[in-house]
Amino acid sequence: MNMWRIARLVAVKDLRVEWRSRVMTNQVLPFAALVMVMFAFALDSDQVLTRVAPGLVWLATMFSLLVIVQRSFAVETADGALDALQVAGVRPGGIFLGKSLALAAQLAALELVLLAAAVVLYQTELLAGGVVLLVTTWVAATTGLAFVGTLYGGLAAGAKGRETLLPLLMLPVVAPVLIGATRATEAALGTNDATPSDGWPWIGLLALFAVVFGAGGTLAFGSLIDE
Amino acid sequence: MLGFAVLAGFAWLVLFGLFLSPNDQTQKTGVRILYIHVPSAWLAYLAFGVTGISSAFYLVKRTRSLVWDRIAGASAEVGVLFMGITLVSGSLWGRITWGTFWTWDSRLTTTAFLFVTYIGYLAVRDLGGTHQQRARRSAVLALLAVCEVPLVHFSVKWWRPLHQQESVADGELSGLMLFSLFVGLISFTLLYVWLVMHRQRVLALNDRADDRGLDAALLERRNEVVR
Repeated sequence: MNMWRIARLVAVKDLRVEWRSRVMTNQVLPFAALVMVMFAFALDSDQVLTRVAPGLVWLATMFSLLVIVQRSFAVETADGALDALQVAGVRPGGIFLGKSLALAAQLAALELVLLAAAVVLYQTELLAGGVVLLVTTWVAATTGLAFVGTLYGGLAAGAKGRETLLPLLMLPVVAPVLIGATRATEAALGTNDATPSDGWPWIGLLALFAVVFGAGGTLAFGSLIDE
Repeated sequence: MLGFAVLAGFAWLVLFGLFLSPNDQTQKTGVRILYIHVPSAWLAYLAFGVTGISSAFYLVKRTRSLVWDRIAGASAEVGVLFMGITLVSGSLWGRITWGTFWTWDSRLTTTAFLFVTYIGYLAVRDLGGTHQQRARRSAVLALLAVCEVPLVHFSVKWWRPLHQQESVADGELSGLMLFSLFVGLISFTLLYVWLVMHRQRVLALNDRADDRGLDAALLERRNEVVR
C-alpha cells in the first residue's frame, strides 16, 4: 500500500469521524466565533478593530487549532487506535499526511467562517485586487499549520499533561505563520495602507514553513508515535 | 580544576569589564552590561547548538547512547538559563539606552520565541515514560527547535531592527572594549562547559536511581509471588 493511498484513507476516516460526531461544527466553530466577539469586547473601538482584524482572525485560528489538534489525537489514543495502526504495519508517514490533510480541511473551513465573521463584526472589506493573494495565503498558512499541528499533536499524544503541553509547544512554533499570514492578509485587504504586492514575500515565508514541516513531519512522525 | 579556571576567568572579566575598559561616548558606564549580555547570548546559542548536535548523535543508530540524551538535556537547561539572563540584562540595558524595557523589534521577538520554545523542550523531557522514550521525543524536538537559532541571529539583518546589528563582525568595537568582550566570551564558555559537565552527571545519577527504584520494585513483586 503506498503512502498516498494510506494518507487518503486516514484523511477520509478522520473527516468521517468528524462528520458523524460534529464536534467541529458544534463546539469549535462557536468557540472561534466567541473568541472574535471577546476581542471586540476587549478592544472596544471600531477603528482599532478594523485595523487589527487580520491579526485577530489568525489569532483566533491559532487558538482553535489547539482545540482541533487535541481532538484529532484524542480520537486516536482513545482506544489505542494509533498503536493498532502501527502494529498493522501502516507507514507512519502516510498516517501523518492523512491526518494533516484532514486537519487542513477542517482549518480551511474554520478560516473561511472567521473571515466572514471579521467582515461582519469588524467591518473588514475585501479588495478585488487582493483576492489571489488572500486565497494563496489561505492555502499556504493552512498547510503549514496542519503539518505543525499533526506533528506536535503526535508528540504530545498519549502523554500525561498533554493538554497543557500542546499550547506551550505549538504557539512559539506557529508564530512565523501568524506573522506571515497576518502581514499577507493585511496586504490583501489593504489594511494599514498595505498593497497586495507587499504580501508576496510573506507567502514565501509561509511556503517555506509548510515545506519544512511537511518534510520533517513525514520523516519524524514515525519515531514520535512509536511508544 | 575547571572550576578554578572559571572563577579566574570571571575575576578577569570583572576586572576588565568594570574597571579597565573605557566608557562609551554616548552610553557612558551603561555600556558595561555588554560584557554580560553578549556572552550570555553567545552561550545560549552554543548550548542550543550542542543540544541539537547531541540529539542528532542520539538519533543515529550507530552512535545511539543515553549519554547524548543527557548532554542534550543538560545543555538545554543551561541554555534556557542563560537565554533568560540575556533577556533580563538586555531589557535593563534597553531601559537605560532606549528608555523602555521591551519592544517588539525582530531580535527581541525571535529571542523570546526561542526562549519559550526551549522551555517547551524542557517540559517535554519531563513527560515521563522510559529513558529511551524521553530521549527520542526530545531529540526530534531539539532538531526542530535548533533551526530557530539562525533565525534569531540573522533577524536583525532581515527585519525591522531597533537592536544593534553585528558590531563585532563589522569591526566597530574599539580595542579594549573588544578585548573585554572576548574575555567575557571565554569565561562564559568555560562556565558553560563546567555547568554542563556537572549537570549531565547529575542527570546520569538520576537515571540510575530511577532504574534502581524500578529493579527494587520488580524484586518486591517477584518476592510476593514466591512467598
